[in-house]
Amino acid sequence: MAQVSASPAAPAALSSHRLRRVRSRVPVWHLLWLLVAAIFFLLPIYSVVQFSLEGTLPGQGVFHWYETVFDDPMFRSTFWLSIQISLETVAVSLLLMVPTVFWIHLRLPRLRPVMDLITILPFVVPPIVLIVGLAPMLRKFSWLIVRPEVLALIYVVFALPFLYRALDAGLRAIDLRTLVEAAESLGSSIPGTLLRVILPNLRAAIIGGSLLTVAISMGEFTVASLLGFFTFPVYTYEIATSTAYEGVALSFISFIFVWAAMLALYLLGSGGRGAAGVAITD
Amino acid sequence: MALSEIAEAGHRTDVLAGTKPRKQARNRRWAFLGVVPFFAYIAVFLLIPTGKLIVGAFTTTTGAFTFSNIASIFHAPYPAAFEFSVELSALSALWGGIMGFLVANAVLHHGVPRWVRPAYLSFSGMAANFAGIPLAFAFTATLGNLGVVTILLKHLGFNIYPSFSLQGLLGASLVYLFFQFPLMILLMIPVIEGLRKEWREAASNLGATSFGFWRHIGLPVVTPSLLGLMVLLFGNAFSAYATAYALGISNLVTIQIGQFINGNNVFAPQDAYALAFGMIVIIVITIIIYTLLQRRSSRWLK
Repeated sequence: MAQVSASPAAPAALSSHRLRRVRSRVPVWHLLWLLVAAIFFLLPIYSVVQFSLEGTLPGQGVFHWYETVFDDPMFRSTFWLSIQISLETVAVSLLLMVPTVFWIHLRLPRLRPVMDLITILPFVVPPIVLIVGLAPMLRKFSWLIVRPEVLALIYVVFALPFLYRALDAGLRAIDLRTLVEAAESLGSSIPGTLLRVILPNLRAAIIGGSLLTVAISMGEFTVASLLGFFTFPVYTYEIATSTAYEGVALSFISFIFVWAAMLALYLLGSGGRGAAGVAITD
Repeated sequence: MALSEIAEAGHRTDVLAGTKPRKQARNRRWAFLGVVPFFAYIAVFLLIPTGKLIVGAFTTTTGAFTFSNIASIFHAPYPAAFEFSVELSALSALWGGIMGFLVANAVLHHGVPRWVRPAYLSFSGMAANFAGIPLAFAFTATLGNLGVVTILLKHLGFNIYPSFSLQGLLGASLVYLFFQFPLMILLMIPVIEGLRKEWREAASNLGATSFGFWRHIGLPVVTPSLLGLMVLLFGNAFSAYATAYALGISNLVTIQIGQFINGNNVFAPQDAYALAFGMIVIIVITIIIYTLLQRRSSRWLK
């Protein structure tokens, strides 16, 4: 955009270029704020690492608490349960959202304001509020409430705003109508077009939205603990209240997990846009 | 763009030729069927439960209309819980908002080394999503009774305990800051990028310093967005449950609501409904303020 505005008048471009060189000395307070932020972010992480290596008895290894945690069969089973729930959440979310958002863009653009409103609702009704209304309803379905899959069905609602936003942006970026008409004129059906033409074009949006969905579902504690399921965050909490060192080691493991997911998301957005996917409204 | 114009033109000729209109009208009538599964899902897992708790906030256990549930949230211990929730959310939003703004501005300065921007942005994306149980224990390891920083400060002669605690306003807001601050960085970057480069150059050509630019141009333009995003941070902190639960804070609205739920049982559902309704009211107010401020700021920003 800067290039466009600079190109018509060469002198203007020249002066802005000179300005940039003059101003490229960074003011001290900018560096100060960057330093304050770095210390604030890194101090807890340093402390977690330091703390999780402390408190061992003589003869025990440096990574004693990590070894203890990895040897705990509950660690493996809860981690696996959370992974399973996350993947189920991603599967249900994609099955529900991709055709819907595609269809709204193609045939029902008038519904877009409605969708914007619906995607704000999960913030108006946060997990702790939703569960107050949902728990008595679910009680009537006693076969469902005892199964951990019920968590995936609920997490779909929490992931909705992020997945919708990712898919919406992805569909805005392609010329949907032309693609669909081209496919139709070549004899493709609507489901065939969605599967073979639109999905490959939405790959980045789908992977990005899915990564955020996994991050949300893996870390969700409120609903899981209140409905009495023993997921990974609930296990982390239980362990930490009995042995602080093990709990902190588990916290570091979750931290690495979230970081990996967000790093993948950032690399996917290849510089800037992707990282804006955060658990919040605009 | 040219392609879509061609497609549009194609549409128009089709309509003129009279081949498609009937088919299109028929398509439109049945098109809504495509979104029925989605709306049914949202109804079951979001709209009906929300409606149920709003109705529940105004009915007795036998189903008669009443204001007594709402009245009960004005009795102890609930007002204190609302108060602490609001204080904690406001303080963490204020800190997070100001620091996020300053750091976003610093990250965008074109003089900083090239690696700074991706490093801060990707880290912010991580930290903004790192709320909940692990965050609480990370801060216990940092500033808890036996935390690494607590002990370091003790060696240096500063004993922060017992006047400081992670359950108090200051301590808890520091923990919340760990997700509020990076969130603000991410949300503020597009706002600062929206400040037109020409304004900066014009101000600079007229002899304004960087401080002068911010005082007379930058801040007045950015303020509505800044306030709007702080309101958003407030709502974000206000609905937090897991972090506060793991820290062991009990006098927050979210924690009070959680105490009513165990498995699929809701004890004293009337009180739980009323508290949940109270939270919805406060969050709706924050979203209305945010929307109004956002509308105001979109006048100037790209």
